[in-house]
Parts: sequence; structure tokens; C-alpha cells
Amino acid sequence: MTDLRVWVQGIGLLGPGLSSWPASLGVLRGAQPHASTPTVLPLPARLPSAERRRAGAAVKLAMAVADEAVAQAQVDPGTLATVFASSSGECANCHALCEALAAPVPLVSPTKFTNSVHNASSGAWHIAVASRASSTSLCAFDGSFGAGLIEAATGVRSSGQPVLLVASDSPYPEPLNSARPLPDHFGSALLFTAAPTERSLASLTISLGGPLPAGSLPDASLDALRGAIPAAAVLPLLVALAQGTSQTVAIDYLPSLGLQVNVVPVPVLQ
Amino acid sequence: MTPLAISACTLTTALGAGRTATLEALQAQRSGLAPVAFMDLPLPTWVGEVAGVDATALPSSLAEFDCRNNRLAWLGLQQDGFLDAVAVARARWGTGRVAVFLGTSTSGLLQTELAYRRRTPQGALPADFLYGPTQNTYSVAAFVAQALQLQGPSWVVSTACSSSAKVFGTAARMIEAGLIDAAVVGGVDSLCLTTLYGFNSLELLSDEICRPWGGARKGLSIGEAAAFALVEREAGTPQGWLLGVGESNDGYHMSTPHPEGLGAIAAMRSALADANLQPADIDYINLHGTATPSNDAAEDNAVSSVFGTGTPGSSTKGATGHTLGAAGGVEAVIALLAIQHGLMPAGLNVEERDLALKLNYLQRNQHASVRRVLSNSFGFGGSNASLVFGGVA
Repeated sequence: MTDLRVWVQGIGLLGPGLSSWPASLGVLRGAQPHASTPTVLPLPARLPSAERRRAGAAVKLAMAVADEAVAQAQVDPGTLATVFASSSGECANCHALCEALAAPVPLVSPTKFTNSVHNASSGAWHIAVASRASSTSLCAFDGSFGAGLIEAATGVRSSGQPVLLVASDSPYPEPLNSARPLPDHFGSALLFTAAPTERSLASLTISLGGPLPAGSLPDASLDALRGAIPAAAVLPLLVALAQGTSQTVAIDYLPSLGLQVNVVPVPVLQ
Repeated sequence: MTPLAISACTLTTALGAGRTATLEALQAQRSGLAPVAFMDLPLPTWVGEVAGVDATALPSSLAEFDCRNNRLAWLGLQQDGFLDAVAVARARWGTGRVAVFLGTSTSGLLQTELAYRRRTPQGALPADFLYGPTQNTYSVAAFVAQALQLQGPSWVVSTACSSSAKVFGTAARMIEAGLIDAAVVGGVDSLCLTTLYGFNSLELLSDEICRPWGGARKGLSIGEAAAFALVEREAGTPQGWLLGVGESNDGYHMSTPHPEGLGAIAAMRSALADANLQPADIDYINLHGTATPSNDAAEDNAVSSVFGTGTPGSSTKGATGHTLGAAGGVEAVIALLAIQHGLMPAGLNVEERDLALKLNYLQRNQHASVRRVLSNSFGFGGSNASLVFGGVA
């Protein structure tokens, strides 16, 4: 068995108090405290106007972080395979459908139904960038980021081609929010390649198992975020990438199965 | 890809529980579809409802997972000696080296739909509603992993109607990467209000039995199903082999396929290349064939672009209904039955076939040696997956 190793070529980030990857570096490096201001979702400029009008929070969030990672990596999104990992998908849509279906005579919006699929973000992204490359959308409840990381890395290993991993979660409205409380939107995107390039930031060597649970982050507010939103399980990895030092981080995945990621920064030639 | 051994498989659909019931129905060219009786819904449509789901009880230790989708999963797992086959694989490889990758579109969403009808006067969901083990998309994989005592990686692929085809690709990549030695793959999707009313709102449901490739086809009949396969790094006497996987996206529209089927063409060519095969090596094509006017036309275009019009093909959705996130898994097992029994199953309910469609569409069962089958699964969001199965590696 060879190591499951990929290289990071682009990063996108959007969450409470984390408005982009470059804007979050100070917080992730511990130079500034994390301030949990609400996530602001940008309009997905890339989408055709009809799709843009229909875009819900999950699509806006996924598109924003995907765009940021692709821009940083300077790759052509039109040929890029993707993995979208989310615990729940388009939550406001799900609520609206359940509410409509509870009425004595259910009247369902065809647009809401179409966008209720778990792969709505994937569909919107591939329409936006006119890509026919492979795309998988998956869910592992609180372990959805870990599942996406394994799927994306094995996809890179198998195809030898870059894969964009987008992991994102948005909160449900009430009453579902009480059953599945998520405090805010959080998403990240990581663009992986099979071999180092001149734009590579770091290599990641991923293995199953390892210490459970993931160690807590020094910043208590950031650590609370990690525990509160499934997609924020990426934070220990992002902290390591921001710090730019070689280290092994533990990522929460399943209750009985964690992930270990060995992060080795690519030396920057000044 | 390196051919992947399929050491056990099973399916439970409106045709019955298990492979024998399915094979008998296919041989008799019998459909499992009937006018909707589920929840006495006032919808003018036919469905493929599985008998005995309500009466299926989950193991008491897994009671928190109780919902229609997991009952259907448990009913399906108990057929064809599948539990025993998994126990052998678990003992051989170790519980942490066997994964669970399942496809579903709506998981246990019916549980939430029903809970919304029981909201308190303040609007809260009833206290007995459990989100994680029922509604969440991952619920079925969590349930199956626990029911099978498996502790390897697990997740759900949810790409609408290609979901349970794509999990075969996931398992193949994970075994190739050395992270696991075996995986339980497949799909489970159960009847719920969102899909029945949702497809109705899109005017994609037929008010008659669905008629794939029929000139008078008016849309789909929704079904429900549980289908499972055990794939292993090596197996003594496999049921068959996964030879190739092709995945693509349309990048065209959320709910309408590319009219020329460009994404579907890419998926089929990629599956053939992955299997190192030529189009002429395929003996039978199990079409996605949902019976909506645009889907069948786009698929007819796509398949004829890759294969020409000679290769026999059919959609088995006239028998099972469109089982959505379970369709890829169901049709994978039907592909293996076709290979094992030399049976290319007829596409049912056609009546007058659509003369604008060009494929060699089987309207009667055809008996011949079937060495290799290509199975198509396409879904909302433009997601496409094609699988190639064979009798020998």
C-alpha cells in the first residue's frame, strides 16, 4: 500500500469571522483572536441569471469557496473533477417542502423540489463552469468533511488528475434547527493535485485511524466552531496549512474512526 | 481498472424480495407497478411499492434508526444470504477493513414529512423525532454499518438517481488505494411525499404505468428498493465482476438532461475505457430509461453515438419503477442476473414504440449468452454514471 498523498494548490474559506482564506490567516495562525461575526454569503456571480435567482444558501456558500480555491490555484474549472461533502444540503428548501407537504392539499414548488437534491451545489457549479468532469456529492453526518477528504484524495490517486473538494454546511430554519442545531454557514474548498506544481502550498498524507477525538484548537472560539458545524472539522488542517510548519493533525470523522493528516509545506522560494 | 470481484448481491423491489423473486418476475415479464396505494395519496400515478416494509422490525438495539427507509434496508439485507456473506468477509478482512458506501436520494425524509404533520401548537417537531438516525442523508449507511457490525469507512453518495451506481466507483478506488479490502455497496430509497409530489409538480409522473421507449410515454413511475453488493479485493467464487466505471456531469441543467446526451456519452466512453473494452464487447445495455419524453430521447441519442443501434438494450423501470437513488444498485444486480442466466430482460409496457428512437430496444425477453453488460444511471444535477459488469474478470 502506497501513501495516500495529495498536494494542495488552492484554498477557499468562508464562515463566521472567516471571510476568506487570506483574510483568515491571522486568526488561523493565532496572531488574532477569532471573532464570531455572522457569515455573509455572496451572490454567485458565475451562475447564469436564472440559476442565480434560484440559488439557495448552500449553493451560494459552496460556489463562494469553490471560486476562491480555483482562483488561487489558477486552474481551469471547466475540466476539474469535484467532490461536494455536506451534512445536509439546501436546508431552507427542505423546510419549505416539508411545510408544504404537511398542508391538507400539498402544493410543491417544482424549483424547490429540483434544488432539494443533495447534489444541487455540484449541479450548479458544473453548470456555472460548463464542466462535464466527474462529480460526487456525499454525506457522513458529522463526519462529512472527513468522508469528502478521503473520496477526493482517492479520486486524485486513481485518476492522476486534480480534484476540487468542497465541504460546506448551512443551518436549518426552525423547527428543524432545534433537532439539528447548526449556528451558521461554514464552507471550505481545497484543490488537490496528484503531484507537486509550482503553485503547491503543501502535501497532505492521509491515513485512517489515529487519535480520537481530534485535539482542541488553542483559540477557544475557533474550537467551538469546529465542534458546532460538521464542515468546520477541516479547521485543524487549515490551521496547519496557515502556520506553514510540518505537523500531523487529527481530523474527526466517524465516532470509531478518525483521520490523520501529515501536512508538509512546500518551501517557498523568495 | 483492476476487475473487482462481487462476492454477493441482493435486491428487494416491487418485484419481490431477493434474487429468485426478481428473476421469476423478469422471466415472466411481469411488472411490479400498480396504481398508488401508499398512504392513500390522491395522486394520479403508479408506483412500485415493496411489500412488507411496514411489517419489518429493526433489531431492537438499532431502534433509533426506525423509519421506512431503514426498514426497507433491513428487509433487503436479510435476503439471499447477504448477512452471512458479509459475516465471512468481516471475519476474513477485519471489521475495520470493510467499508459501507450506499446511495440514497431521500434517506429517511418521510419521517420528517410526517413529523411536520405532528408539529406542536408552538410549531415544534414532536419529541420522538430523531434527525440524525432517520432524516439525515447518512442515516442508511450508519444503520447498515451498525447492523452489519462494520467499522470501516462509511458514507452515503447522494447524487440523485446516479447515487448507487457511483458507490461502486468509490469502493473500487478505496480498495485500489489499499484503505479497505472489501465494501458493502448499493442503494436504498423509499417512497416519500417529497419525491411523489415533487416529480408530480414537475409534470414528470405518468398517470399510466410508465412506458420507457414507448411512443405514448408520459413520464415515470416511482418505485422503492434496497439493493446491496459485497465487493472484495479477492473472492473464491464471485457472482460476477465490476469491470469498469465511468462518471461525468452534464454541466447543462439541474433537471433536464443535455439533449444530445453529451454527459452520458462521456460516462459510457469512460466506463468502456476503464474496462479496456470496445463497444462491441458489450452484449446488453441496461438503460436508465425513466420514460420521460426528454430523458429517453437524450439517452437514445447518447447510446447510439457510442454503440450504434445494434446492441440490445432495455429499461427495467417498467418492472421496478424508477427507484431513484437505489436504481443504480438495483440495475447492477439485474445486470449480474442477466449474465448468470443468459437473460436480456424485456422493457415492459412499451405498447407502440417511439419510432424516433433508434436503439435495438427489447420488447420481449431474449435468451443468449450475456458476457458483459453496461448499466446507465443518470440523475438531477446532471450526474451520470455508467458501470460495466462481466461474468469473468
